[in-house]
Amino acid sequence: MNWESWVISTLNRALAHGTPLLWGTLGEIYAERAGVVNLGVEGMMILGAVSAFTAAQFTGNPWLGILTGGVVGGMAALVHALFTVTLRANQYVSGLALTIFGLGLSGLLGARWVGVPLDNPLPKLTVPGLAQIPVLGPALFQRQSYLTYIGIFLAVVLWLVLYKSRWGISIRSVGESPATADALGVNVFLVRYLCVAFGGVLAGVAGGFLSVEYRPAWTEGMTAGMGWVVIALTIFAAWNPLRAVGGVLLFSGLYHLAYRLQGWFPPEFLKLMPYAFAILVLAIAGLRGARQLAPGALGIPYTRGEK
Amino acid sequence: MKRVGPFLLERRLVPSPLVVLGVSLLAILAAMGAMAIIFFAYGVDPLRAYVMIARGTLGSRFGVMQMLRRAIPLLLCGVGLVLAFRSKFWNIGAEGQLLAGAVAASGVALFSGLPDPLLLPTMFGAGFLAGAVWGMIPALLKVKLQVNDVISTLMMNYIMIYIVAWLIHGPWKGPTMRGFAYTDTFPRAAWLPLIPRSMVHWPTLVIGVAAALLMTLLLSRTRLGYELRVAGESPDAARYAGIDFLKVSLVVMLLSGGLAGLAGVGEVAGIHHKLLGPLHISSGYGYTAIIVAWLARGSPLAAIITSLLFGFIFAAGDVIRVTLQIPFQVVGVFSGLVLSFLIGIELLMYWRVRLLPKGER
Repeated sequence: MNWESWVISTLNRALAHGTPLLWGTLGEIYAERAGVVNLGVEGMMILGAVSAFTAAQFTGNPWLGILTGGVVGGMAALVHALFTVTLRANQYVSGLALTIFGLGLSGLLGARWVGVPLDNPLPKLTVPGLAQIPVLGPALFQRQSYLTYIGIFLAVVLWLVLYKSRWGISIRSVGESPATADALGVNVFLVRYLCVAFGGVLAGVAGGFLSVEYRPAWTEGMTAGMGWVVIALTIFAAWNPLRAVGGVLLFSGLYHLAYRLQGWFPPEFLKLMPYAFAILVLAIAGLRGARQLAPGALGIPYTRGEK
Repeated sequence: MKRVGPFLLERRLVPSPLVVLGVSLLAILAAMGAMAIIFFAYGVDPLRAYVMIARGTLGSRFGVMQMLRRAIPLLLCGVGLVLAFRSKFWNIGAEGQLLAGAVAASGVALFSGLPDPLLLPTMFGAGFLAGAVWGMIPALLKVKLQVNDVISTLMMNYIMIYIVAWLIHGPWKGPTMRGFAYTDTFPRAAWLPLIPRSMVHWPTLVIGVAAALLMTLLLSRTRLGYELRVAGESPDAARYAGIDFLKVSLVVMLLSGGLAGLAGVGEVAGIHHKLLGPLHISSGYGYTAIIVAWLARGSPLAAIITSLLFGFIFAAGDVIRVTLQIPFQVVGVFSGLVLSFLIGIELLMYWRVRLLPKGER
């Protein structure tokens, strides 16, 4: 294999592998920007995956599957919002509960789909014209997912909303100092609910991508820790949607470069690589002081008019 | 203070133990109610299901023993997690620390060549150390590089799962096991004694109860326990008091990881007698222990009760799988529900509801 096809296939695979991570990370960025950590990403993703597969199989329409995954992810997130925003429960524990619950329930619901291939997976997209560009064409524009492009587009839009719009100011102020935001007339509870639910929708779509396009099939526990990688990437991206794109590409690129080392290492070492990378990525973020960029009220429930 | 109709709501800072117990029971009942929906979905009458569970667990010697057997790893991991959570170290890595202990114990049992009487004590020592090391890495990363403890401890679980998988498929694969991914069986001297006709390896159970007692003393009676509590409850005060966060985090994770490591030793030396697939060594004990610890509300002694409760739930999961043909994942669903309801109604504990005197209604 020459270096050219090496680069092409690594980039191409990294984009596909990174797509669910990007969707998940964008969602978690919005939830955390509003001040709510959601450790339930893994649970929301896997519930999205199983429901997307089920809907796609019954209706024969993969897009309807993705949509269902998003809706289910959003509903799961609303439960987290209810617990953490209204009932002021510990955000870490509520998220963990959601993950434990999601992994269990998806195993129950998906039992009948184990070993069943999806009849009608999401079609791939080859961008006409652009795919003919040497090296970059096949790397970025050949047989890619619609969701990859939508995800990158979404990252730009979400960055614009967050930094260049009134909504963005509201969201950031709610995450930074909810009491001030409240005094200025921002509905803290509504903003938090919406952001957490939005994060859940994106996580659900990410799960749907896995079961309706990437595999396309249902296997138990198929998210395999991706939800946790998402939370690491959120910190690495310093809660910035555009940086999330870079972070995801770096992560998935590293992952596929490691896969090139097949033969030198036992396969188990390649499988544990992404998890080691997630720690590495956080250590790098720590060295750069990314933690200081965290929203000021992250993880703290807001109580109105009480000290 | 708030008035709602004829009631007066008063905030209280420290709920009484009775209220805590009542609210916890309420959460478990609510989760059982929600489970009824799942039983319905499988076409099983929920009442009949609960009767069968009761008969299959508490109603038989076998069931009680199964419950005890499951409670052992939950207790050891749970006590360690209580300690970690008290200092606000989010150790989600008991699963990996347990496996690290299992690996170390297996290494000693299979390859050390120690004289028989030394074998089991060395296995416990090595298991504790391995779990402790696996737990202290995230502690170091957290204090030195601000690496989020939830993520690092979790990622360490996955890393250890694949290390175990590599060992049993590769270098430690047992030559006598005909191609199965196990190590060889441990020599007899490395087997823990059992309560007759059961799988309860009682020495580990004794260690677990002793750990709960010791950690209670540590928390309430020692300087270290005091530092640990201050670091958890009010980090700013701890900083003023000159408490060394690195030391506290390292010691907490030494103990928390070490105890989980002991649980791993118990599983391989007491039940399997070999190192095998990570999912078979631990049926998610490390994760369930998070709930065990959260239910125990910072008290290592209470973890004895909560680990028995979840031992019961695991045993119930087995009954449900065998007699009602519902997959074992119901245990995960139920655990998630209990934890959700528990934190969902936690707020209740901090309000005292009183009827207003007649004249003021």
